[in-house]
Amino acid sequence: MAGIWVYAEHRDGNIRKVTFEILGEAKKLAEKKGEELCAVLIGAEVEGMASKLGAYGAQKVYCVEADCLLGYTTGGFTKALCDLVQQHKPSILLFGATTNGKDLSARVAGRLGVGLATDCTGIALDDAGSLQVRRPMFAGKVYAEVAFSEATPQMASIRPNVLAAMTPDETRKPEVIKVTPDVKPEDIRIEVTDVIRTGGEKPDLTEAEIIVSGGRGMKGPENFQILEELADVLGGVVGASRAAVDAGWRPQSDQVGQSGKVVTPNLYIACGISGAIQHLAGMGTSKVIVAINKDPEAPIFKKADYGVVDDLFKVVPSLAEECKKLKSE
Amino acid sequence: MDIIVCLKQVPDTEAEIRPTPDNTEINYEGIKFVINVYDEYAVEEALRIREKVGEGTVTIVTLGPERAVESIRTALAMGADKAVHLDDAAFLGGDANATARALAKAIEAMSYDIIFCGKQAIDDDLAQVGNILGEFLNLPSVTGIVKFDLSEDKKKATVQRQIEGGIEVLEVPLPAVFTATKGLNEPRYPSLPGIMKAKKKELKPVKLGDLGLNEGEVGKKGSLTQVLKYSLPPVRGAGKIVQGDTPEEKAANLAKLLREEAKVI
Ligand SMILES: Cc1cc2nc3c(=O)[nH]c(=O)nc-3n(C[C@H](O)[C@H](O)[C@H](O)COP(=O)(O)OP(=O)(O)OC[C@H]3O[C@@H](n4cnc5c(N)ncnc54)[C@H](O)[C@@H]3O)c2cc1C
Ligand SMILES: Nc1ncnc2c1ncn2[C@@H]1O[C@H](COP(=O)(O)O)[C@@H](O)[C@H]1O
Repeated sequence: MAGIWVYAEHRDGNIRKVTFEILGEAKKLAEKKGEELCAVLIGAEVEGMASKLGAYGAQKVYCVEADCLLGYTTGGFTKALCDLVQQHKPSILLFGATTNGKDLSARVAGRLGVGLATDCTGIALDDAGSLQVRRPMFAGKVYAEVAFSEATPQMASIRPNVLAAMTPDETRKPEVIKVTPDVKPEDIRIEVTDVIRTGGEKPDLTEAEIIVSGGRGMKGPENFQILEELADVLGGVVGASRAAVDAGWRPQSDQVGQSGKVVTPNLYIACGISGAIQHLAGMGTSKVIVAINKDPEAPIFKKADYGVVDDLFKVVPSLAEECKKLKSE
Repeated sequence: MDIIVCLKQVPDTEAEIRPTPDNTEINYEGIKFVINVYDEYAVEEALRIREKVGEGTVTIVTLGPERAVESIRTALAMGADKAVHLDDAAFLGGDANATARALAKAIEAMSYDIIFCGKQAIDDDLAQVGNILGEFLNLPSVTGIVKFDLSEDKKKATVQRQIEGGIEVLEVPLPAVFTATKGLNEPRYPSLPGIMKAKKKELKPVKLGDLGLNEGEVGKKGSLTQVLKYSLPPVRGAGKIVQGDTPEEKAANLAKLLREEAKVI
């Protein structure tokens, strides 16, 4: 019973959504392989989050707890996770392709000497029960089917907002296994001296279901207010093109695209964005794309499911009004 | 301060990427190649540190085919001092593990205080090599930095790292590996005198045998993952242009479509 493992990333005491999405798909693999589905929580105090992982499909939850694991560090978490993996030898180990999920998985793959596929959009088993994944390359211009060598665990990180989580079932109680890791200061080596919060309470762009993005067509930072209002009505967050970020109108963390974030929301509304290839690289797999642009020739319209050719300064405020009306019906 | 920058040559972001007819390789014909964007930030940061400290070297390390020399020369023209080119067919086609193994072996023999990589190579989009390199060299590694400050005694660095919802500030003892991302700096362009000087700078080719590795440890053969097949992404169906006589009417129609047809609001 080797097991399929999912690394359960958490922030501020909450498990990140992508973890549940992976559990949903990994459950199918576990059933097919006849192995158990396990989740791994690492931190200072994590046991309280275990039941939720059970509700989303984990049969077993390893809770790796130590004071020195209070905040994420590459070294500390790598040591804790690798030791556990070497003890139990799972066949497959999955992560969310978040900033820290990618960071941790790469270091772990290096230490264990196993293959890792980044930012996958599909996971499956081949006939021999070996992991096989689908992942975008060249900023989504091509997709690759990737197979792994026999070295286990076979590892992959999964892009957020792509796989579907199961409906949680609170009656499903996981077996909780407490683990005291052997992590020393020389394993951690670095020190996190501060974490500066910039995002507020809103979800990160990579996890948002609805994104309203503005580009150079917004003409200035103050005008993003109308996008904020639309986003508030829709329960979404605001993103930006590189042109808007480089102009200093929005922070770097808002940038969508090849040199920014790759996002997969249910709805992406591009306002005053031309649709350069590097921008499309970041949002081209959104489920529904809307473009609001006064230039009918703008390339964004080739990708958009719904296009509005008009002045965004007139369309966006009305759209917010209309959506508010519809939502209150 | 001796600084190493791992630099990869990749297709330009505008390039059209297609698989070969049998879908097992990428067709690189007619494609323009450039320095990986994130590696440009890495080169720039290395140059700035060397300039600030007033001594030391910046060495470019590249694993790649013959054409990669052009990108190496560009980095030398920006101001890097010398370069090492892992130039052997055996090195090619590797995954992150195989590439990091070769890079680590080459770097091991060099003097370094800081190693910079890019956050991710925009061809394979793996975002792995920096951390695996750190692991192989037994150095701390920090990914996706947007700020780098060297301490007074040059023994550690204070860096900022972009995470979801915020910025993390870390203190890192040197030597260490850092991967650079957008926001770290604005890379310079090579100057004309820089381009002239670059021609005379040392560019050392390194073969498999020079590293004491064997064929099975690097490149395609040394890889732990393998691409079975490439495919093009599904094309999005042609969209609708929302009709209406006024912007307000278009907005109302759009809202209705999003609600009733797309069912996303
Ligand atoms: C290596 C590299 C990486 C890059 N990475 C990224 C990235 O990550 N993300 C990214 O976005 N870009 C990226 N770019 C930049 C990209 O090439 C484009 O320059 C950028 O996306 C343009 O931003 P934009 O669409 O906001 O501006 P523009 O292309 O200038 O488009 C502005 C649009 O606004 C419209 N407009 C103007 N006024 C109005 C109005 N009143 N109402 C309606 N529409 C209006 C115009 O018709 C136009 O289509 C990258 C480029 C390179 C070379
Ligand atoms: N072939 C290579 N030669 C030199 N550096 C590389 C090579 N491949 C990757 N790197 C470095 O590792 C970073 C991340 O690459 P990757 O993990 O492939 O996305 C790049 O930005 C480079 O700094």
